[in-house]
Amino acid sequence: MSAQLPAARELAVRHRLQWWEALPWAAGIAAFFLFPNYLAFGTQVLVTILFALSLDLVLGYAGIVTLGHAAFFGAGAYTVGMLAAHLGWTEPLSGLFAAALVAGLIGLVSGWVLLRTHGLTLLMLTLSTMALLEQAANMFSGWTGGFDGMPGLSFKPILGLFKFDVLFFRTQYLYALAVLFACFVLVRVLVYSPFGRSLTGIRENLLRMHAVGAPVRARQVLAYAISAALAGVAGAVFVQATGYVNLAVLGLERAAGVLIILILGGYGRLYGAFAGAIVYMVLEHTLSKAYPTAWQLGLGLTLMAVALYARNGILGLGEALRRRWSAR
Amino acid sequence: MDLISILLGGLASGMVLFIVSVGLSVTMGLMGFVNLAHGGFAMLGGYAIVLAMRHWGLSFPAALALGFAAVAALSVVLERALYARLYRASELDQVLFTIGLVFVMIATVTLAVGPESQRVVLPAWLDGQTDLGFIRYRTYSLALIACGTLLMLALWLGFERTRIGARIRAAVDNRRMAQSLGVDVGRLFTITFALGSGLAAVGGGLGAEILGLDPQYPLRYLAYFLIVVAVGGLGRVTGVFFAALLIGVLDFVLKIEFPKGGTMFIYALTLAFLLARPQGMFGKRGS
Amino acid sequence: MTFKSKLTLALAAALFAAAGASAQTVKVGVVLPFTGVGAEFGQQVDRGIQMYMKLNPTAFGPYKVELVKRDSKNPSGAEAKTAVQELITQDKVDILTGFIYSPDAIASASLVTEAKKPMVIMNAGTAWITNLSPMISRVSFSMWHSGFAMGEAAAKIVKAKTAVVGYTDFPPGKDSLDAFKRGFEDNGGKVIDAIPMGGAGQVPDFTPFFQRAKDRKPDVFFVFVPAGDHAVGVVKTYGALGMRQAGIKLIGQGDITQDIKLQSMGDDAVGLITVHHYNADLDNPANKRLVAAWKQEYGANATPDFMGVQGYDGMAAIAHVVTTLKGRVDADGAMQALKGWKFDDSPRGPIMIDPLTRDIVMNEYLSELVKVNGRLVQKNIGVITAVKDMCKELKEGKCKQ
Repeated sequence: MSAQLPAARELAVRHRLQWWEALPWAAGIAAFFLFPNYLAFGTQVLVTILFALSLDLVLGYAGIVTLGHAAFFGAGAYTVGMLAAHLGWTEPLSGLFAAALVAGLIGLVSGWVLLRTHGLTLLMLTLSTMALLEQAANMFSGWTGGFDGMPGLSFKPILGLFKFDVLFFRTQYLYALAVLFACFVLVRVLVYSPFGRSLTGIRENLLRMHAVGAPVRARQVLAYAISAALAGVAGAVFVQATGYVNLAVLGLERAAGVLIILILGGYGRLYGAFAGAIVYMVLEHTLSKAYPTAWQLGLGLTLMAVALYARNGILGLGEALRRRWSAR
Repeated sequence: MDLISILLGGLASGMVLFIVSVGLSVTMGLMGFVNLAHGGFAMLGGYAIVLAMRHWGLSFPAALALGFAAVAALSVVLERALYARLYRASELDQVLFTIGLVFVMIATVTLAVGPESQRVVLPAWLDGQTDLGFIRYRTYSLALIACGTLLMLALWLGFERTRIGARIRAAVDNRRMAQSLGVDVGRLFTITFALGSGLAAVGGGLGAEILGLDPQYPLRYLAYFLIVVAVGGLGRVTGVFFAALLIGVLDFVLKIEFPKGGTMFIYALTLAFLLARPQGMFGKRGS
Repeated sequence: MTFKSKLTLALAAALFAAAGASAQTVKVGVVLPFTGVGAEFGQQVDRGIQMYMKLNPTAFGPYKVELVKRDSKNPSGAEAKTAVQELITQDKVDILTGFIYSPDAIASASLVTEAKKPMVIMNAGTAWITNLSPMISRVSFSMWHSGFAMGEAAAKIVKAKTAVVGYTDFPPGKDSLDAFKRGFEDNGGKVIDAIPMGGAGQVPDFTPFFQRAKDRKPDVFFVFVPAGDHAVGVVKTYGALGMRQAGIKLIGQGDITQDIKLQSMGDDAVGLITVHHYNADLDNPANKRLVAAWKQEYGANATPDFMGVQGYDGMAAIAHVVTTLKGRVDADGAMQALKGWKFDDSPRGPIMIDPLTRDIVMNEYLSELVKVNGRLVQKNIGVITAVKDMCKELKEGKCKQ
């Protein structure tokens, strides 16, 4: 009983925009000017943030643990790739919508089938679905390019005006930032809407939601489908920015990676995706430059430390510190 | 003749899966702890066994015993010092921790030994082929099948017939009840964790011939171990046994009939099976 | 390793700098997997690079060379592309090299074209990679070099009439199948079955595939699997199924007898016939020198293999570029220097970069594995000289320009 009141109060407070919410976007734009040579890396970070954000919708808000989210990332990626390579459809914005549609549909169908289960079973089912798609992509390598992938994909300028910048990735970075912003607004509105609140209810107390008569399954599947569509958009931006797609977009490494990033940053907190992706990727990037052979050690130790000492990830740590500060 | 050789081949790789995965199943069932580093213990054990044979000249069985003991001891240290702190934590924090641990294990092995894969040099009596009368088959595969079956029987007897086995089963089925009856669940878990990790180590060494042994081992086979555990049902030795064998044999048969489809069918079958029976083969409903 | 090589270079450079000409440092970006599944191979290529520098300290003349190493991590192409982008824009390298996996090279092609930076590939073997950019040259191989040659040799030297092909189901495997089939059937043979044997990701149990091949009763069984653990599994399964006794010869490209795995293959491997551009037992002075120096540096059990040699030859190519352009490397000049470049002193015999395709032209050696003093040794039984990449030569499939 008492566990529910603070959550409700927090939700009411959080509904209004806070001043610090402008910070991540300001930082994103600042990075564009401060690190002109690292924009390819920056674009990868932005894509990962979007991907992690989509995962947060199902994991942090609907409470569904999945190891197969790369299935949707890959679905979006290959949609854009195959449209470009086989149909010559290279208009970027419509490609995003196509990717979202395809990925969302797969999410809808698989969610409807799989979300009957939970726990380890659900985990393995999501993993198996993704692996199935990966193998299918390998089997039909005539269409997908298989292991070697589809190289040399080039896309029309965005809105006919902004050409993709092959070497410095300037256009790609701003494009990814814009798409991320749009998707973030969507997610934020969703999360604080009645739909979003019912998701939190489902996550916190499933039994009670059933008792109240909420359409639990339907809500879960819908959340899953929306999350899948967003992951598909992330995959589409990835392909448009890199000009290349291969089997790795559907791999366990990518799926497990985004899960780790979200947990690291703090799930269920919207900005956990930002914190996790930035910290993890920057750490990995700088460590691997300094120690090409030993960086995994440092990264592993960091993850272990965060798990042991910072429950709820980086943002959770921040919250705990803030609480301790204001308690003085 | 064909059918039998296919069966034997599938059974052999299934046995390796069983030996490595059984520990994971019991610890996950017992404490609900998601230990994704389990494959890492298998790898460390494999390396210990290979290196002991190479540098100290130990025989294969002696090296296996050493691998078991060394990794079991290491797991006790890790469990008491680190794992125990996360028992009350969320599943996801456990995932984060164990993935971090796997990275550390992989990096340590790569730095200490090198990224190359390691080969086990089998003793002469395990190499070559054996004549069973109706078929000549690879000796090592036959030995694996025998080993795995004996192990399964030993574990089953241990769980069904001993006091401590009963306690473990009770704690898996209903931890609170077992605790209120005076079972020291914490100590039980340390023992089970040590046993499970030690078995994983032996599995790593025994399976090196079939699954290979290199620093990437823990992540490469993680999905397979998890599938075997999920399909078998958490905490059920017999379940893991049959699930591992089923997956081993099916994988084999499908590769012959549909070489292009390959691993796709394992995942398709897992999907079908778990949808029909979410608790796994022998798991309880609602677990 | 990095520190040591930089130190060696710095010392050599200091000596020469004292002698005179103002030389600018040539920066070479080396993109290799130092972690992950390819770490073993990245290490071999890296060692090849180190060995070249060590054995040829004057090869760069008075010019300084700085190696900037980046981990390409996994074969997804994306990491390599990011690494290449930063090497170009941030580290401002003059030349790019490395690239074990084809996806890494494929993903980076558009970058080097745009930025006009020469890219010297030290491994990635998919045939049509060199068509992706005029900046790309390759010192390693394409599947068609050895595949086609093996097909030819199987028909003409081994005198086989029928063959079954087993291949790992990914692009290099399919390349090998096509190459072997073309070479074999152009010379009177017939491929009676082609069996995909699982993916490149993990080593499958080969028994079911080999059983199927055995049932077909061919003269030869041509196998292509990626270098590494797959190869050992192949040999073991061949022995376990008693295929040699059944009269089926096992043949393949040298990937299956990679030198670093050779000694662990056991007696089943005796009699195996392979075609490759390099094996550690090649009898020429440059190779003998390399093998001795390698063992001294990395231990008696270490050995160079085809990847190590590719690293070695890649540095030789880069040294040629640097000295020809007198330390001021520009893209067009570099490509001009590379086209038609001949290197007779390579441990693999004389090599050349084809001016038309920018791909390697080299010898392919036909070898049989024998046991000498308890060790497995490659015995040379034939040479095909000046082999080109037949895929581009015959304009097969995706190799059409």
